[in-house]
Amino acid sequence: MMSDFLKVTIERGPDARNVRQVFGVPAYKSQTVLDAVSWVQQNADPTLSYRFACRVGMCGSCAMMVNGVPRWTCRTHISKVLDGNAVTIGPLRNLPVIKDLVVDMDPFFDKWIAAEGVHHGGLTREDQIAPVDERSAERIEANSGIECINCSVCYAACDTVAGNPEYLGPAALQRAWTLLNDTRDRGRDAILAAVSGKGGCHNCHSIGSCTAYCPNELDPMSAIAGLKRETTKSFLGKGR
Amino acid sequence: MGRNLRMRAAKEITARAHPLWFAYILHRLSGLGLAAFMPFHFWVLSMAMTAPERLDGFLKMTEAGVVKLAEFGLVFLLAVHMFGGLRLIAFEWLLWRHSQKNLVAGATAVSFLIASLFLLKAV
Repeated sequence: MMSDFLKVTIERGPDARNVRQVFGVPAYKSQTVLDAVSWVQQNADPTLSYRFACRVGMCGSCAMMVNGVPRWTCRTHISKVLDGNAVTIGPLRNLPVIKDLVVDMDPFFDKWIAAEGVHHGGLTREDQIAPVDERSAERIEANSGIECINCSVCYAACDTVAGNPEYLGPAALQRAWTLLNDTRDRGRDAILAAVSGKGGCHNCHSIGSCTAYCPNELDPMSAIAGLKRETTKSFLGKGR
Repeated sequence: MGRNLRMRAAKEITARAHPLWFAYILHRLSGLGLAAFMPFHFWVLSMAMTAPERLDGFLKMTEAGVVKLAEFGLVFLLAVHMFGGLRLIAFEWLLWRHSQKNLVAGATAVSFLIASLFLLKAV
């Protein structure tokens, strides 16, 4: 049973660890964490900065730390995460804070590029469209990762990223694994080289926080394990 | 500062605690424990060549209950590091993706069983 008011603590400022403000937010049925943050911004403090767009779990822009756990706030019912009638909301971990709940996503997306998470086309517009066999093992593998919404929840959850800023992180590596299994992508060598480098897949300790907290229930940990196998096979193959 | 920091640390750890995270910490700590034990182990073994009487003294010390308890801990660390490592290899190389939670629980339980059997035999 929820009380009429929720005690919402928000970590503010670029130096979020030091500034915490408490707001009393009216509680109502089916309220999401994002609703509570929006209420604060609209009714208590218009200077509060935060990010959202679609409010239906598609755009991946509203992820925040909720009671120390990274979550998509638009699809998280506040009743599920309350500690008594209190909740603490902060900016995503492992990314630089711009202001309040807004983090700089540049390092996250830069790593997508660094992991060759871009399409490597091999055909021209004159060529026939390449057939895709929906039932092939590679396509099933690729399909399992394509619902990523780039929300950075896995990146914020990852302790390996926290300890090693060069590590490409779960989302970028899962993207690389998806492309590696996509018959239309011709960048196999480039991808394998990118993900076996210094910050690559072999840094992963299979802690599995990415898979545990992915809001879309994807499995980046297994995708990274796939990259570990393929890069090793490729390495051993070259030696022959 | 101490209490607040500790509470915060405890909260952050609880917040990201899930079975595979615990497995990771257990694997790390058991590995560190074993690495710290190894030099001591070899040092004692080397006494067989350099100082046999001293080695006998050490071996007599292992009769003590507290040493047996420490050995129980050591066997647990060894077993849990081995089974935890085998689980990781199975996950990463043999595509054993499913039931990782059960495998973690199983590896820990089997390790505890082995260490307990060792202790029962020792006392």
